[in-house]
Amino acid sequence: MKFAIPLAVFSLLVVFLAAGLQHDPHEVPSPLIDKPAPAFQLAQLHEPSKTFSPQEMRGKVWLLNTWASWCISCREEHPLLVELSRTGVVPILGLNYKDRRQDAIQTLVELGNPYLLSVLDTDGRVGIDYGVYGVPETYLIDKNGLIRFKQIGPVTERVLNKTILPMVKDLDK
Amino acid sequence: MKRLLLSMLMICCLSGFTSAKAPRPTADESEAEKRVTMLSRQLRCLVCQNETLADSRADLAADLRKEIREQVVAGRTDGEIIGFLTDRYGDFVLYRPPVKPRTYVLWFGPFLLLGSGLLALYRSVKRRPSLLRSRRVSAEERKRARQLLNPVGKELT
Repeated sequence: MKFAIPLAVFSLLVVFLAAGLQHDPHEVPSPLIDKPAPAFQLAQLHEPSKTFSPQEMRGKVWLLNTWASWCISCREEHPLLVELSRTGVVPILGLNYKDRRQDAIQTLVELGNPYLLSVLDTDGRVGIDYGVYGVPETYLIDKNGLIRFKQIGPVTERVLNKTILPMVKDLDK
Repeated sequence: MKRLLLSMLMICCLSGFTSAKAPRPTADESEAEKRVTMLSRQLRCLVCQNETLADSRADLAADLRKEIREQVVAGRTDGEIIGFLTDRYGDFVLYRPPVKPRTYVLWFGPFLLLGSGLLALYRSVKRRPSLLRSRRVSAEERKRARQLLNPVGKELT
């Protein structure tokens, strides 16, 4: 009984510290979840005379993946995205973030192109609207144009199978 | 992931060194520039999370400073500019988190801890009243104390 209070305080501390260990401080929760995906109109990577706007994807569930040729960890997720695009389960659109057009095209030639199309966010303005702070970041957008999920950092097989694909299936209904 | 973190760490370290050489704002800095500096000192750089937007040399920090500068020039209020950033990056960009139910523990927790500490101290002191009140020392005790203090046996008065 004498140790009841110190023990309680200690246990509380352990719980807090244990919870703290589970959190990655680099993952900042996005305030954009369940909010409309910010509108934009940007030139397409392969056909700069044409533009693309998220409104064109209304009625579809899709992924918006920010990437760049200079981004090392984008290469980590790239094979997974290529594989995903082959299954045709969910269209992936690329937001080419602060990149040079030639470098971006070259990267896709080397590694394969998982994107329905990519758009050029050369000055990173649209990136700011989406709260991008570290490429790659991936947004899952529903039929009504709401952002439903955001993956910060490379998409892993685990996140894809445990979170993204089940959500896509659910939202596609 | 490890490599990403490592490279980020290195960039942050490097930026720490270089920012020391960054020119200090001069006295004739314009009013707008002052506001940009004032605002970016309150905001966190999301890439190097322990630096403010004003201090960070990260690319994103430069972009956000540019964004803030343009909005200042366009005549937006401080509240609007900060709102613009929290809408996109969340309260995490603020070095001073807002007081709301989610942050009550953060804001009031320390006072609660201080209060309970004081209460515990008060109670433990109160439980030992003999320590607080002076007590007469008996002749026997006085003699023993003398013996302990003067083991050689010299008598002191």
